[in-house]
Amino acid sequence: MNKIIYRMLFIVCCLLCSTILFAQDKPQMADEMRANGKIYVVVAVCLTILIGLFIYVFIVDRKVSRLEKGKD
Amino acid sequence: MKKNWWKILSFLLLNYTVVGGFLMDVPRLFILNETIRNLYFHVCMWFGMMILFGISFVYSIKYLRGFHLRNDIFAHNFAAVGTFFGILGYSTGTIWANYTWITDQSQSLGSVLKEPKLIGAAIALLIYGAYFVLRGSFTDMDKKARISAVYNIFAFAMLFPSIWIIPRLVGSLHPGAPGSDSGNPALNFKDIDSRLRMVFYPAVIGWTLLGVWIATLKIRLQLIKDKNLINE
Repeated sequence: MNKIIYRMLFIVCCLLCSTILFAQDKPQMADEMRANGKIYVVVAVCLTILIGLFIYVFIVDRKVSRLEKGKD
Repeated sequence: MKKNWWKILSFLLLNYTVVGGFLMDVPRLFILNETIRNLYFHVCMWFGMMILFGISFVYSIKYLRGFHLRNDIFAHNFAAVGTFFGILGYSTGTIWANYTWITDQSQSLGSVLKEPKLIGAAIALLIYGAYFVLRGSFTDMDKKARISAVYNIFAFAMLFPSIWIIPRLVGSLHPGAPGSDSGNPALNFKDIDSRLRMVFYPAVIGWTLLGVWIATLKIRLQLIKDKNLINE
């Protein structure tokens, strides 16, 4: 019996929360994404790409330096 | 290694841009919502392009003062990377406009296509496209360098009316037009939030330095290739 009451209360709470969320006239932001922590995945992916790009540019830079030395 | 400090700076600033750009607090705005974070990427492309074109312009003038082929190579490659940044800025702008102008402000595609900022930016990029066509059409090295240097000065002079002045004279959906809010949205201290500025300025420097790095790589390769032609 207790369990059911708790569950009902939980559902009511959830409904209230959602109505509050809908009622706010603030612009929507990706708050939930931040609450879940999933945004860090995006940051990790972007950082990987960025660091990969930098490694690539760095390797090309080294190759050019070697060419410059070889020709001199 | 001492000469390469700015490459490390670029790396650090861009890492900060990605981390801070995604995780730091931004002002809550209608229509834009989270897309305001594009300021650190889309707008930086245009700023980087302007700076790279500026460097190219300076080297074109330097070429015309002394006719050293070296300066022509510098001008050409900075313009090339600048155009690349411009294309990136344009394509990111189309994605952004698709969601904030067409979807959220229910503008018709026709009104977006008439957008003076888009047309101006396209004209500016096409003028620079013609610069490369012009360069490719010469067989004589000196003539090519001389005429394209003069053309580059014209192209840089056309850049400002087409992407800054004309969109501000006529109404535009893009921020900065008389229809929205006046002034330069990214530089006006009243418009742009200090939270945005904290990431935006480092981002501009970081992206520009990355562009300069890529340009110097192209220049160094070209200098190796044309070593016989450049007598120093």
